[in-house]
Amino acid sequence: MKPTGRVWKFGDSISTDLICPGRYYHLRSNLNELAKHVLEDARSEFAGCVKKGDFIVAGANFGLGSSREHAAIIIKMAGISVVLAKSCARIFYRNAYNIGLPVILCDTVKINDRDELRIEMESGEIKNCTTGETLHFSPIPQIMADILKEGGLVSYLKKYGDIKI
Amino acid sequence: MRQFWGRTVGRTVVEKILSEHSGREVCAGEFTVAAVDLILAQDGTAPLAIDVFNQLGVGKLAIPGKSAFFIDHASPPPRRELANDHAKIRKFVSEHSAVIFDIGDGVCHQVMTEKCTSPGDILIGADSHTVTGGAVGAFAVGMGSTDVAVGLAYGKNWFRVPETFKILLKGMFSKAVFPKDLILHLIGLIKADGANYKCLEFTGESLRHMSIPDRMTVANMSVEAGAKCGIFPSDERTKMFLTELGREDKFRRIEADKDAEYEETIEIDLSTLRPMVSLPHRVDRVLPVDAPELKEIEINQIFIGSCTNGRIEDLRIASSIIKGKRKHENVRLIVIPASRLTFKQAMDEGILEIFNEFGASINNPGCGPCCGVHQGIPSDGENVLSTSNRNFKGRMGNPEAFVYLSSPATAAASAITGRITDPREGM
Repeated sequence: MKPTGRVWKFGDSISTDLICPGRYYHLRSNLNELAKHVLEDARSEFAGCVKKGDFIVAGANFGLGSSREHAAIIIKMAGISVVLAKSCARIFYRNAYNIGLPVILCDTVKINDRDELRIEMESGEIKNCTTGETLHFSPIPQIMADILKEGGLVSYLKKYGDIKI
Repeated sequence: MRQFWGRTVGRTVVEKILSEHSGREVCAGEFTVAAVDLILAQDGTAPLAIDVFNQLGVGKLAIPGKSAFFIDHASPPPRRELANDHAKIRKFVSEHSAVIFDIGDGVCHQVMTEKCTSPGDILIGADSHTVTGGAVGAFAVGMGSTDVAVGLAYGKNWFRVPETFKILLKGMFSKAVFPKDLILHLIGLIKADGANYKCLEFTGESLRHMSIPDRMTVANMSVEAGAKCGIFPSDERTKMFLTELGREDKFRRIEADKDAEYEETIEIDLSTLRPMVSLPHRVDRVLPVDAPELKEIEINQIFIGSCTNGRIEDLRIASSIIKGKRKHENVRLIVIPASRLTFKQAMDEGILEIFNEFGASINNPGCGPCCGVHQGIPSDGENVLSTSNRNFKGRMGNPEAFVYLSSPATAAASAITGRITDPREGM
């Protein structure tokens, strides 16, 4: 897997309320409508302009707050291929892998808005095509890599019939 | 006890519970598959969990009598879409012989702790504040809808055994200082990601003075420091709590071994704490109530309720402060008992009458305005003081509003003056 795309840069502490606002609570069973409001209160232009394959690059504690898996789902629906963050809140992190959205934890300070990145998931390399820099990230836990490989936890369980630790 | 290289190593509370449910000894950092005892989902997360459960194609629930569905977040439903979500949950529960707590029954975490969660249990819940169950010595953890659907289908899930921070509590609270002030202080200290992926284990001599409702407030907000769970050992206070609710047979003592290994130890002397306030839009922006920055903050709406502070103990404290006083004319006060039991107690004790006389709006048990769906969305530019657990931008349904968090005592004192007020002044 070698996703390529442009960066949407966000700061620290992007909560699930910023990703998936509570005032659209009634749209949770209508994901297509809900997805139109993804990250609306953080960057209002995001939902309308994001392109398939783009990256979210954020600071510390991305996805803190509620357990609403809808937050990870509508980021994936928007076309985001990978979320990169300095750190990530644990429920969001797990939710993202469960629905087949990779989250990479790395030092995101040197990545700028609109930079073009190319990510080598297997070798753990992030190539910044705009600045020429290469960043590295640690491999993810095996169970999460296996879930991601199958595209999410449902497909994983359908294939293996059980959780393999 | 575990043996490592000929050395005996004690276990933390969470290591003990996860070992029991894994059928083998596990320690911090390990991955394991563990059986779950209890599962919960609420009306905001259950519809998706039901869809995922159906996709898994397992057909029936693994532990139907221990799978609880709550209609508490948008309750009663303010919109057609939400009414349809509720109907979907009721149909699923009926078809699968699961357990439902419907409108008016209360907030999931309050009801679970009153009726279901017991020491040593593993509870997984599609709600981040599931951690509240740690108050009775359970490993209670918030997850997304997919993980909860896996629990519903298989009666188990995978876990990474968390490292534990020992929060050593000593001394007693001063007048007008409460467990909410303790947890706000701790979050301010270690910050919103300070315990990311970790377990917070609360221990120390102060536990003798902390009731289960007190512990629930603290465990509830452990997730606001990023923690996977906030857990208390089960002790005499736990036994008393379960006995009062007719569940004394569920009591068992669980505590960490004396030589358990902790990643970090944080000591807090409760007697040094002051009433604390969390400022918008970050829970970890915490100041003492008498900080100069808070002096002129006028409040438009106050909410006393939620899974953090909607218990009878909270309502007793708040009502004792406002009794015989007049509500400030510019403040709207919303009071929501956390459960049907709390509602009844508040009614029987005359507390609802005090709030009513004062000019509060008393709503049905449930989550109320906490998560921005209904029952008190603030207008643009307004300041809210809430006893709930989150003040993120947009949390209460309006990104142009400002939410402050405090204890019920601070909230009640502020309802009289119309600005953030030190509860020590009036008590």
